[in-house]
Amino acid sequence: MFYREAGDFSTTYPQDSQTFPIKFDRYRYYVVLFIAVVIIPFVINDYWVNSIFMPFLIYAIAAIGLNILVGYCGQVSLGTGGFMAVGAYACYKLMTGFPEVSMFIHVLLAGGITAMVGVLFGLPSLRIKGFYLAVATLAAQFFLVWLFNKVSWFYNYSASGQINAPQRDTFGILITGPNTEAWATYMFCLIFTIFSAVVARNLTRGSVGRQWMAIRDMDIAAEIIGVNPLKAKLTAFAVSSFFVGISGALFFAVYLGAVEVGEAFGITKSFLVLFMIIIGGLGSIFGSFAGAAFLVLLPVLLKIIGVDWFGWPTDIVAHLNLVIVGGLIVVFLIAEPHGLAQLWRVAKEKLRLWPFPH
Amino acid sequence: MNYKLGTWAVAGLMAASPVMADLVFPSLSYRTGPYAAGGIPFADGYADYFTLLNERDGGIGGVMTRVVECETGYNTEKGVECYESTKGEGALVYQPLSTGITYQLIPKATADDIPIHSMGYGRTSAANGDVFSHVFNYPANYWNGASAAINHILDVNGGDISGKKIALVYHNSAYGKEPIRTLEKLSEKHGFELLQLAVDHPGQEQKSQWLQIRRERPDNVIMYGWGVMNQVAIQEAANIRFPMENFIGIWWSGAEIDVQPAGDKANGYKALSMSAVGDDFPLYDDLRQYVVEAGKAAGAGDQLGTVPYNRGLYAAMLAAEAVKVAQEMHGVADITSGQMRDGMENLVITEEIMAANGVPGFGPEFTVSCENHGGDGLVAVTQWDAAAGEFVQIADFAPTDMEIIQPLIDEDSAAYKAENNIESNCN
Repeated sequence: MFYREAGDFSTTYPQDSQTFPIKFDRYRYYVVLFIAVVIIPFVINDYWVNSIFMPFLIYAIAAIGLNILVGYCGQVSLGTGGFMAVGAYACYKLMTGFPEVSMFIHVLLAGGITAMVGVLFGLPSLRIKGFYLAVATLAAQFFLVWLFNKVSWFYNYSASGQINAPQRDTFGILITGPNTEAWATYMFCLIFTIFSAVVARNLTRGSVGRQWMAIRDMDIAAEIIGVNPLKAKLTAFAVSSFFVGISGALFFAVYLGAVEVGEAFGITKSFLVLFMIIIGGLGSIFGSFAGAAFLVLLPVLLKIIGVDWFGWPTDIVAHLNLVIVGGLIVVFLIAEPHGLAQLWRVAKEKLRLWPFPH
Repeated sequence: MNYKLGTWAVAGLMAASPVMADLVFPSLSYRTGPYAAGGIPFADGYADYFTLLNERDGGIGGVMTRVVECETGYNTEKGVECYESTKGEGALVYQPLSTGITYQLIPKATADDIPIHSMGYGRTSAANGDVFSHVFNYPANYWNGASAAINHILDVNGGDISGKKIALVYHNSAYGKEPIRTLEKLSEKHGFELLQLAVDHPGQEQKSQWLQIRRERPDNVIMYGWGVMNQVAIQEAANIRFPMENFIGIWWSGAEIDVQPAGDKANGYKALSMSAVGDDFPLYDDLRQYVVEAGKAAGAGDQLGTVPYNRGLYAAMLAAEAVKVAQEMHGVADITSGQMRDGMENLVITEEIMAANGVPGFGPEFTVSCENHGGDGLVAVTQWDAAAGEFVQIADFAPTDMEIIQPLIDEDSAAYKAENNIESNCN
């Protein structure tokens, strides 16, 4: 009824190719942005930012990054945890080396360093594909974690091998360390999330994204029509690692404040982000958000329901959590193999015809 | 983004829950995952002690206690979530039983004016209370443990261990790496050779480490392990027929559940201790009467008398004593977390206090001061008797080599102080 293209005329090409062609979607998008940017910072507290919004925003960035590589370019990667660690350690070295520089620059530089490391580990993708590439990136995961554990320069020779984020600011507002305000850390992560989503969306619908998708769909055919596989694959690794590096830097510096590479950036982290994009939907920016929300918010929600409402023992709830999340993943994937993003697409199709589907 | 609506609704309900006057002790426990073997009994002991105080004494100083449990799974991200969700309830002291989570909470809790008691774990240099105003690690820390292990080896070898080879099998994390620097200093002092063998999380895979031990033939093995790593290491040691009396674990590697899988072959395994073993204490009569038989025991109620359960009791007892000190100092019964911190800083544990709590000789006597948040660092040694199925204390609480440890504490805490621009706590 109100959710349809009819009556919304595009008079220019940019209008015709906009992300949200339906007026309702467009307004909804602006409303969500408005709430996220203008309203939430004024009502947020420590619990909400540290338990819900920050992990959601940071994992969303990581999922966008991995989605570019796996969902858009078709290169399977199990090295996400390792690349997040590169971002975190790069950020740590920059923060301690150049304390007066703004955190914005540190996080972006950390992303840039991760992009370079990502390209390095992306080189094997020119020769190997599929499961074999997955194994090569798995090696990257283990190598990077081992490296950050072994070489004490990376953790400034501290006795415990932990890295701790010192107090740093941007434009005079504290971003890291214990004395931050909830709204400041939230806004800092939100800016990076919006930036990542906008950049990723525009890259994936431009010529670069088309090249990635051509490689994904059939690399030989893509090569024949003139796509340079070297350039396409390595740019995908670079851009993907850039976002993953940003998320790793935020994860360490803003969210946790202290990490230990084996525990925070282990193989489980790689799987977690991979599950996010599989559940959310491969090759979809919205899917990255949906998957991150699903795997970050659901455990918290189940915990609140089980422990705080029903008063069940914490261990029972923790086990139930695994069962329910695991069960939902199976159900979702059977009901909709293309993830939450596809469910959303189907819902939109139905909405267009509602209430007269015939 | 419809998924946010549900969580907002949850927030509304959470905010509506009533607030009562009580002493809140959050228990960041882990009853799931590879470290649950140690996490369950500790959490049970911690909760049962406060239940006992409520049932028998009507709380502490007339104010009821409340334990808020939150499952961390030994995972730092969940630890943060637990901290944030429990601190609003009026948490008095955090005992996360995880070195990783402790590292994370040190700056946060200090900023929020809530003390942390990392009893025998966490950041060792937090013993310097001048820098770490809100962190306490009495009665003993990791470096005391490393020194105590070497002292015990010295005792066994008649005071001379020069030329010996000692291997350290450690959990490859902040926890396991803590003792390395101390052991390096001690190896210079006593002239033994140190062999470092890291075991990655969770610690089920240790074949190569023990193969190396078999090849290098160290005279002694010291272990800093936790969770499933302990059982595997002791089993592997039994498999290569490493003499168990030369194998010594830190206090987190010395529970019944760690040695039982290896059966009789684990006989003679040694572990350091900072609290007593067994259930031969008057307190246990009260625990059985008021808690277990009343059906109020935490968990399955089957952990009484085990080493980690005792340690949970001990942690709870020290917290309760600190509350009493704080109540006396400030003249209020319903204390705040800041007052709790003052109580912990002025805590004195004597034999009389332990006896009055029904646990004579349960731990070492110690005094906490503003400069020294680590107590006196007295450590005992226990040994597993497989036939009897119990740990037996073979050496009494003894001092450790503070000549080596104190400069290391000063150095590490000074670095932290400079890095974070911390002001002196004790002036």
